[in-house]
Amino acid sequence: MPELCGIELEHPVINASGTYDAIAARAVFGDALLEDFPFGAFVSKTITPEPRAGNAPRRIWETPSGMLNSIGLPNKGLDGFLAEDLPQLRELPVPLIVSIMATTRQDFVRCVERVARRAEVAAIELNVSCPNVHSGLIVGENPSETEALLATLRPVTEKPLIVKLTPNVADPAAVAAGGERGGADAISLINTLKGTAVDPATGEPALGNGYGGLSGPAVRPVALEQVRAVRAAVDLPIVGMGGISSGADAAEFLALGASVVAVGTESFRDPRAGARIAAELESMLRPERLTTPALDLD
Amino acid sequence: MSAERPSAPFGRRLCEVAANRDSGGYRVVSLVDREGPEPAPGQFYMLAAAEGWDSRDGRAFLPRAISVADVDPAAGGGVRLDFLLDAVGPGTGRLCAAEPGEGVWITGPLGNSFDPPREVSPAAAGAVLVGGGVGVAPLALLRRRFSERAVPHRVLLGFRDRTHTGGLDLFCGSSGALCPEVRLATEDGHAGHQGRVTDLLLPILAGDDAASAVVYACGPPAMLEAIRALCAEHGIPCELALESPMACGFGACFGCAVPKPGGGYLRLCVDGPVLGGEQVEEVSHAYA
Repeated sequence: MPELCGIELEHPVINASGTYDAIAARAVFGDALLEDFPFGAFVSKTITPEPRAGNAPRRIWETPSGMLNSIGLPNKGLDGFLAEDLPQLRELPVPLIVSIMATTRQDFVRCVERVARRAEVAAIELNVSCPNVHSGLIVGENPSETEALLATLRPVTEKPLIVKLTPNVADPAAVAAGGERGGADAISLINTLKGTAVDPATGEPALGNGYGGLSGPAVRPVALEQVRAVRAAVDLPIVGMGGISSGADAAEFLALGASVVAVGTESFRDPRAGARIAAELESMLRPERLTTPALDLD
Repeated sequence: MSAERPSAPFGRRLCEVAANRDSGGYRVVSLVDREGPEPAPGQFYMLAAAEGWDSRDGRAFLPRAISVADVDPAAGGGVRLDFLLDAVGPGTGRLCAAEPGEGVWITGPLGNSFDPPREVSPAAAGAVLVGGGVGVAPLALLRRRFSERAVPHRVLLGFRDRTHTGGLDLFCGSSGALCPEVRLATEDGHAGHQGRVTDLLLPILAGDDAASAVVYACGPPAMLEAIRALCAEHGIPCELALESPMACGFGACFGCAVPKPGGGYLRLCVDGPVLGGEQVEEVSHAYA
């Protein structure tokens, strides 16, 4: 059975943070969602210390083989998440990973402390694509900031800490190594690639925020290369993601050293994509083919 | 807005195109859904052609949110869903070209639906349905339900010009004869009143029986905003079916944000697409 930092998973396909609202999906699809849950573990949308409404529309824009988003991390804040969302998420039939972002180390500590205390939380993912307001640096763009954040958080909990890397850096492997030195248990990558588009009807940037993050199959080669580079630099388990829409895509990430894969944008097109991709992957990796998955990619 | 709805089957499913016919410059594409429940007026589906979806420079990529215009039992089980489509981009263009026998992925029915007048306002005796362009689609199914349930209603439809009268036959049948309760406004004056559909609505809102009306509207953002403002001014309740960029349709992407009065956002896919006039700050092109 696949595992991530000691957490056993029914299958190695989980969701990318911020791409699946299991509470809303249960309201739409009913208990069928729980009976046929598409992911091996569930990663929450990123929660922040205080509630956020999210960015002004327009928030999404379709691109060739992908999409831009500037959603802006709408969430209920730490208190709202713990009181309202967590009791519903604990009913999911899979391990729960909570994604956290904060702009000061004190706020990160407070969030990790209070989330990790809850028995239903199996692991914490740290969204480091945010500034440290004290240094002005984006944590995930800087190996020493990432190392210092992890070193601060490491004593707070024994639960696994997963660092979610941003791809918008020259050397993601150096940032991953910083996370490893600070005491991270796993690395997940990639987050979305910074991008923008112009609305032909107005001649203005298409997104309300001016720019956004690119996802979908268009980013897959970038994600694969970053996974390869991080694999070469750290010994930690890797959650690989970026444009995975089939079992064959997932197998590429596994071939380059990811131990678990995550599906994001494809779930928008197919709400059961996680389960479909897991089944496709399993049929590709049957024992008779297990020895040469890297050669079976087409 | 009726929040009570049957659960959509979990996941997308492949449906066969049963027919694709012209309708005044638009297309009516019919799909046979063997599994899904019957949708309510206002609900929508996410649609994507199974083949050739991304054939225009890697687009379409995301499925398209389309309101259902009519539903009937399908021969052999399930329901036949009719969608009114205008080919405005790579997604709707591909769906408009779908041929009978082809496969289309669908997820749904999604979202909420229109409420009967008495549930919107206890004093309401009747309904005024106001549609514009391809937005007449959900009102066609609403009107059919109102007819079946003997809910008094009038229909006001606005179209740009002779080549954009799609969906009219969904209200009037293919004979072209206008039903007595349907009135038209066309911007080029080729049929009905020359002008905008709100020209037809204003005297109704100002009339003696206005207090007993509920307005149901779907159409372009400028039309919906005009109707929202007119209804607010006259104290008439209205339900508006909105449109917004939507990647998923089931609350996952947070793309379809509609500003709430007083701050924050609704997710149109799960909180709508039908919103009461009072739930909307201003219907704007910025999110439509």
